Amino acid sequence: MPLSAEQRGLIESFGAPLIKSLRYAGGLSILIGQTLTVTFHGLFTSKARISKDALAAQMVRVGVKSLGIVCLVQGFIGIVLALQLAPPLATFGQEATIANVIGIAGFRMLSPIFTAIILSGFAGASIAAELGTMVVAEEIEAMRAMALNPIRFLVVPRVVATTVMTVLLSVIADIMIALGGFLTSRLLLGTHVWYNYWSNMRKQLDNSDFATGLIQAAVFGLLISAIACYEGLKVRGGAEGVGRATTMTVVYSIVAIVIAACVCTMVFYVYEL
Amino acid sequence: MSDSAGQPVIRVVDLVKRFGNLTVLDGVNLQIAPGETMVIMGGSGCGKSTLLRHLVGSIQPNEGYVDLFGQTIADLSDAELDETRKRFGILFQSGALFNSMTVAENVALPLREHTDLDDETIRVIVTIKLELVGLREAADRMPSQISGGMKKRAGLARATALDPEILFYDEPSAGLDPVTSAEIDQLMIDLSKKLGVTSVVVTHEMDSAFRIADRMAMLDKGRMLKVGPRTEFEAMRDGPPTGDDTNDLIRQFLRGDPDGPISHRRRSEGYEEDILEAAGQ
Repeated sequence: MPLSAEQRGLIESFGAPLIKSLRYAGGLSILIGQTLTVTFHGLFTSKARISKDALAAQMVRVGVKSLGIVCLVQGFIGIVLALQLAPPLATFGQEATIANVIGIAGFRMLSPIFTAIILSGFAGASIAAELGTMVVAEEIEAMRAMALNPIRFLVVPRVVATTVMTVLLSVIADIMIALGGFLTSRLLLGTHVWYNYWSNMRKQLDNSDFATGLIQAAVFGLLISAIACYEGLKVRGGAEGVGRATTMTVVYSIVAIVIAACVCTMVFYVYEL
Repeated sequence: MSDSAGQPVIRVVDLVKRFGNLTVLDGVNLQIAPGETMVIMGGSGCGKSTLLRHLVGSIQPNEGYVDLFGQTIADLSDAELDETRKRFGILFQSGALFNSMTVAENVALPLREHTDLDDETIRVIVTIKLELVGLREAADRMPSQISGGMKKRAGLARATALDPEILFYDEPSAGLDPVTSAEIDQLMIDLSKKLGVTSVVVTHEMDSAFRIADRMAMLDKGRMLKVGPRTEFEAMRDGPPTGDDTNDLIRQFLRGDPDGPISHRRRSEGYEEDILEAAGQ
């Protein structure tokens, strides 16, 4: 049965974005696959050399320079959590368990997710802009023509550095959230709220709370940096293309982070982690 | 060398490249002998940059093939193509230096990555290469701190770092003042004459083209109009129009005349109708 123009239009309006998304996911997966292959070759064989200097430089750029803003944001998250949770917990007479809730929410979810979102703007956008500018200046083409693999040379140090630093920053973020919650309780809420704060948090949290947060941080870090490199490397059309790449990096990163958080949480839920 | 004398080092056979509906290269044939300097000329959008990208293996043709050193590029694996790439150098239009590295680091990069030479040897080679292009004093500067002409010279030093057998030049004199442009030409001549490097130059600067070429090729609308020794092109440039369209077109291009077959082609039909339509709105 032939379709009417209207039906076809309807199918196309759903199909076109679907094809676009699948194509994007496919391209991104190929890039991640190539990156991991080169990384493991570099780690376990002498086939692909990965420059330690480049890796260190990227770690400083991604991690060290964003340390301050991560601490700031996550500290405020701790404060907000404490103030938001105190009144509803008080209605059940459970204010003393504020540390338990902050611990779970912070360690398992808020710490990796906010760290990743900060890094998508802080590191992701600048990686996309940097690689995009290199594409525009023919540097990537020059690299290929010199038999240098841009994946090994540019993508691997950025992806590895971002992934590692997201995890490390998440650890610091955990501390900042807990600290923010404690200071708020200490200064603004009653003695019964803060007195057992640290012991309650220690009792509540086990290794899996800590580990699931960091696993997610690694996944988010991988996604952010891969999206940034992908967007940067597919820049076309000069400065305008670079601008678009940086914007799209942040947008797609946040979407990817949230989707990945959902998938990870489902997996953790099923395996009771 | 595996290439015996007389065998072309580059062979382009019936090359066709289409981007969507647009045919950019339409059955191009070209052979380049070892040691010669071939200048590929043509107006903007004639397909000469696309041809160059085929020669270096950046893009693959829809039909036909390109042989480099007797091997068909399309048949090479990525690893084999990389091996071949180490045997030629490219000077990009903008120099394409890596902006995060100093000039010396740029030149050292291919040596660091593709050879097992120790740092000291690499430093010596880099100094030699930079002296060759007259940039020794700029070794520690960043690409953003040097002029366009210096970037091209640094790009040339980098392209020659591995002592390539072929050098490709993409618009080497574009955007340079006449003196710098002449200096680059002289460098290209030196490299080709002293080191026996095969040179392939894509340009539309006629002064430069006639200075450096052994043979020349004229590309127009994706077709190879004429390939021949420089003297033939000089004769065409200096001779009178013959009434033959191809000849006169090349002659106009070589002389840079404002009037001729190229300009006539641009004058399209329907001018009056367009004017009337525009006025009616």
